Amino acid sequence: MSAREEILGRVRAALGDPGAAVVPVPRDYRRWADLPRADVVALFGERVADGRAAVRHVGTDELATAMAAMLWAREAKRVVVPADLPTSWLAGLDGVRVLADVPDLDPAALAETDGVVTGCALAIAETGTIVLDGGRAQGRRELTLVSRHHLCVVHADQIVGTVPEAIERLDPYLPLTWISGPPEGRTFEVLVVED
Amino acid sequence: MKFSDAARPQLSDHRSRRRRRQAGAEARARRAEAAAGLPDWERLREAGAAIRERTLRDLGTHLEELEVSVIEEDGRVHWARDAAEAKRIITSLVGGETDVGLVRSDVTDEIGLKSRETGPYTKAAVVGAGFLVAETGTLVVADPGESLTFPGTLIAVAGIEDTVPAWSDLEVLLQLLPRSAVGRRMHPAVSFRTGGFDLVLLDNGRTRVLADETGRSALRCIHCSACSDVCPIYERTGPRPYGPGRAGPIGAVLTPQLRGVEAPLEASLPFASTLCGACADVCPVKIDIPGLLVHLRGEVVESRRNRPVPAPELLLMRGLAWSMGDRRRYEHTLMSRARWARLLARDGRIRRLPGLFGKWTDARDLPAPPRQSFRAWWRRRR
Repeated sequence: MSAREEILGRVRAALGDPGAAVVPVPRDYRRWADLPRADVVALFGERVADGRAAVRHVGTDELATAMAAMLWAREAKRVVVPADLPTSWLAGLDGVRVLADVPDLDPAALAETDGVVTGCALAIAETGTIVLDGGRAQGRRELTLVSRHHLCVVHADQIVGTVPEAIERLDPYLPLTWISGPPEGRTFEVLVVED
Repeated sequence: MKFSDAARPQLSDHRSRRRRRQAGAEARARRAEAAAGLPDWERLREAGAAIRERTLRDLGTHLEELEVSVIEEDGRVHWARDAAEAKRIITSLVGGETDVGLVRSDVTDEIGLKSRETGPYTKAAVVGAGFLVAETGTLVVADPGESLTFPGTLIAVAGIEDTVPAWSDLEVLLQLLPRSAVGRRMHPAVSFRTGGFDLVLLDNGRTRVLADETGRSALRCIHCSACSDVCPIYERTGPRPYGPGRAGPIGAVLTPQLRGVEAPLEASLPFASTLCGACADVCPVKIDIPGLLVHLRGEVVESRRNRPVPAPELLLMRGLAWSMGDRRRYEHTLMSRARWARLLARDGRIRRLPGLFGKWTDARDLPAPPRQSFRAWWRRRR
């Protein structure tokens, strides 16, 4: 008998008739944060800052300037960006070399960069989390792991209140990475863009 | 070796004890703050317990669904009856690759896997799974290191009970786990990957646990280790006396169930507790650990009932049963024992009982029994 048959056989023998009693799951926990929109965005900022990351809130028209200032403060000379990052985000940069990750940069070239700039798929206010799913403006997952510094742009309308909202919106078939704070030895900044 | 014997050297290591006491207090404070941050924490615990219980009650169906989902998304599923078989499977999957990294978990420890940590360019990674979603075939790993990113070989290892039925169940478990495990709102990183990996599902005694209707609930465990952080025994002994399996209160209920209660370590683990109940209060999936410990204590006693040489406590209990089974015998025993006890007493206290009972008075005094029993007093009063 194969291990599969044996284990499944033992499971069924152990449980008897499972159909007899399906355990009901009480789902009376909160699905949404009970907050006005502006407060959800503010909460996200607070929670990200709690997780040892710098946060700045800007209007759409200030995005390019703010980004230039944040990279300048980090003394970033070379940054890598996903090929589909909106060029307008980088319009304010001066004295920073921007490498588009197309074709894929090799590990040696990536190691020489001072940081990476990405967007995100979604952000969770209560936990101060940004979620990457490999979609628009996010690039390969390697970029955010290898780079010393990660600057992530979050649009206010991408911020949900709670984990249940995030799980509902995300696609399980995409490779997801949830980031809530900088990895060991790296830095992480978030730029929240409000209209 | 018995738990109490293994604990002795740990107890006399004062430096480690001080360190554990401090670390424990910090972990408890962090966890309590994290839990208090959610107004619906108790409702989430109820939901989490129900989700895990539902998973276990129909585990066969969920495992088959998981297998189909993983295969549909270009993955492969392997089944391992025990740790040795799991190790063989993993070795053959890794093949000749020498650049292998490990993301450890309770299950990879259980199999005895040792390897270096994964780096950003590790060619093959063996990863202890956090959750596996049966509905979608998704692997969820909290604090994944740097391994779930790159296109090399990915081998996920999980116990059969690490399955959760639906994607939406994660909305509960991913709130309970980080706050219980690391005392944070979320792990610094959580990775999700659907498809493209090899999955090794391990039994290694779990189906035996599943067969015990009471003991089964220990398999709800989501590996947060909050129970260890609050346990007064664990704080004093550290993980070692719990043996090669899991440490802390959950280890004390799981190890004897996975491996039977015959050997000295397994037979002593259910007693490695004061039954204070702190573990049950923090468990995010509401495992009644003290209840399970009592249940297992009963099993230990049962397993010893038919030994050729009865245990001292069994003899004592039989003696008690005999003398308490009859009024005359009971009153006679009470009177003669009370007389003996008064002979041992000084200033109304017994400092040391003779023989095996001496252990009981090692740490406390026994008050001397009064001259007159309640029964005698009652009779005279009328």
